[in-house]
Amino acid sequence: METLWFVLIAVLWLGYLFLEGFDFGVGMLLPVLGRSNAERRVMINTIGPVWDGNEVWLIVAIGATFAAFPGWYAALLSAAYLPLTLFLIALIGRGVAFDYRGKVESARWRKAWDTVIIVGSWTATLCVGLLISTTVLGLPIDANGDRVGSVFAAFRLETVVGALAFAGYALVHGAVFTALKTEGEIRDRARHMALVLAPVALLPLVALLAIVAGLWAAVVVLVLGLAMWRLAANRDGQSFALMGLAIAASVAILFGTLYPNVLPSTLNDAWSLTIANTASSPYTLQVITWVAGFGTPAVLVYQGWTYWVFRKRIGVQHIPAAH
Amino acid sequence: MDVLELARWQFGITTVYHFLMVPLTIGLSLLVAAMQTAWVRTGNERYYKMTKFWGKLLLINFAMGVVTGIVQEFQFGMAWSAYSRFVGDVFGAPLAMEGIVAFFVESTFLGLWIFGWDKLPKKIHLACAWAFSLATMASAYFILAANSWMQHPVGIVMQDGRPRLNSIWAVLTNNTVLAAFPHTIAGAFAVAGAFLVGIAAWHLHRKSEEERVWRSSLKLGTWVGVVAFSALAITGDWQGKLMFEQQPMKMAAAEALCHTEQPASFSIFAVGDVARPDCENVKSITVPALLSFLAHNDFSSEVKGIQDLVPMYQEKYGEFYPVDPRLGELSGKPIDYVPALPVTYWGFRLMIGFGGISAGLGVFMLWLTRKNRTPTGWWFPALGLAGIATPFLANSFGWIFTEMGRQPFVVVPNPTGVDGVWMFTAQAVSGVTPGEILTSLIALTMVYSVLAVVEFYLIRKYVRGGIPGVLPQKTDDGALAFAY
Repeated sequence: METLWFVLIAVLWLGYLFLEGFDFGVGMLLPVLGRSNAERRVMINTIGPVWDGNEVWLIVAIGATFAAFPGWYAALLSAAYLPLTLFLIALIGRGVAFDYRGKVESARWRKAWDTVIIVGSWTATLCVGLLISTTVLGLPIDANGDRVGSVFAAFRLETVVGALAFAGYALVHGAVFTALKTEGEIRDRARHMALVLAPVALLPLVALLAIVAGLWAAVVVLVLGLAMWRLAANRDGQSFALMGLAIAASVAILFGTLYPNVLPSTLNDAWSLTIANTASSPYTLQVITWVAGFGTPAVLVYQGWTYWVFRKRIGVQHIPAAH
Repeated sequence: MDVLELARWQFGITTVYHFLMVPLTIGLSLLVAAMQTAWVRTGNERYYKMTKFWGKLLLINFAMGVVTGIVQEFQFGMAWSAYSRFVGDVFGAPLAMEGIVAFFVESTFLGLWIFGWDKLPKKIHLACAWAFSLATMASAYFILAANSWMQHPVGIVMQDGRPRLNSIWAVLTNNTVLAAFPHTIAGAFAVAGAFLVGIAAWHLHRKSEEERVWRSSLKLGTWVGVVAFSALAITGDWQGKLMFEQQPMKMAAAEALCHTEQPASFSIFAVGDVARPDCENVKSITVPALLSFLAHNDFSSEVKGIQDLVPMYQEKYGEFYPVDPRLGELSGKPIDYVPALPVTYWGFRLMIGFGGISAGLGVFMLWLTRKNRTPTGWWFPALGLAGIATPFLANSFGWIFTEMGRQPFVVVPNPTGVDGVWMFTAQAVSGVTPGEILTSLIALTMVYSVLAVVEFYLIRKYVRGGIPGVLPQKTDDGALAFAY
């Protein structure tokens, strides 16, 4: 039962990184790919109907961790206090920015919110990377699960690589998504951007996987290579799917190496948090398993339906002239 | 200041702020869904315009409720990790359920509703509105179930020093949540009602376009308000009676009732120093025997005062905090079982007072606008707009009272429940540094202040814009005319 929930939480993180990964990427690339206001509107409209639903994957990943492994939730969130504060502020800013940017007819107003979207997307994705690599690589925690090191304990060379890993992935993933969802000049630009960025931007992800799991990183390198090859062949959809496969493989490798730990102690192996010493009682796990068993398939169906409703590519001709 | 004090301020500020957005979102979501239903069923353009106008204001507010809600979910782990470890087995489940069952629905269907005006068949688009508005209610239920468990723990056994869930059904049907949910939802409708009334009155006064839209909105708002307040009074009375059983100290503190009385009188207003638990130097205007009735439905019953409750609490839950370095200055010190009396006493009165003013104003507005009249004086829109603030204030004071009134506990012992299940707030905080909490407290407060200004500005702008400001512009091929 604990193992099942460990896997489920990994799946929730996967859903989050795959889905919000591209909407983070779109936000990060806004100034580069969106050269005019209309183009930036096109980019934002590709994620407009879905980013909020994507973000719920995070809420549920955190909520499920609280319910299934309270000890993990308590230790990780309190130990990584400062990066999480930054993360929350980035998510707040980004969330209201999408909603508010088009609500006033003023170039300055839009520009200000664009800045919030760009900075917020960069900050948030770096923080997510830091958080995930921290839980995989461990923290200086004591027997009680409390942090003993400094308030900056979560910032280490490896976790900074982790932060860059997810930022780099989101960047390329966002460019592939933009290529998939737009038409015209912006689509070509996005495809070109992904191909140019990929060798540099995806390097930290490969480095993180190599640090954690050695040669397993090669699997992800192969999938990422395929994704770029399909993109170069103008097959945006296949490339996007392969990018998804790459993040799935990465999450599987990271969480697979972590198991059965959930947050290793860098001070003493005996103090590491594991699925066994942080899990809720079997009854609680059973309750949330029922809820997830019925709830998650429904989520997949109606979120999938959302993507189907908004499946059409968007181009600058769809943006009202006045805006 | 130490970690405990800072963490409490942070929780208070972020939660009260979050709960300024939430009631408006809940109440307005359902009203907008109802307006859209009226449009789809009758084809009357007036209802379409109402849906568009109030829907726009709803969206401006919705975003704020969502983003401030994320903070809430992280906060338990970040600042209250000892609490999270102690109660995680029980408390995490409703939060996870809220995410899976309600929040996913809310955010996905909201996105569909915003962008789906031209893409979805009318009826499916309408169903999206109902999906997200009902999901906001479901959200509220799970969150209140979690909060009610802290007020009155049920459905548990004690195992290895921690409460373990043994009946989720008991947690979800806790009588505390059964009373708190309708009370909170009624509060949300009171907010939405006053919001409609104030803004519609302003437009009627200005003789804006589409008079019938404003007339209907005002009428809807007043009736929603009046019904909501009747529900608030009934559910509030029910909740009060439960609290006298479950948390006698909270209710004694609500009255600043120092000595046991039989029959007990209800204090309407007090002059003097209510902060002292011995009630010296306090003069109070009272209604004889009313408190006995509120507590037990019996005008001659006895109501316990603070002075008599303190020894009972000391006997049951201990006189001193345990000696534990994590408790900081409080380690080994006597436990103060009396909540901050000025806060509970005045919080309770301000909740009822502002609620009453708001209800009275609703009825008055209904009378003023009878038979399609519109008073011409400037005081008419002024009254309406000022009236918007009253249910917000009542809600905030109600929550401040209920949360401050359970101190020093974060998990209040259930007098008839499993022994040993309680937790003092002082024991609940994380092992983080005061500097960390101070950083997030300052950062969040600053961000929240800026956003409050922005939200107010946007709502004002769209209110002033009236109906023409919210009707969609057509594009050549009709695709995605609405855009962020």
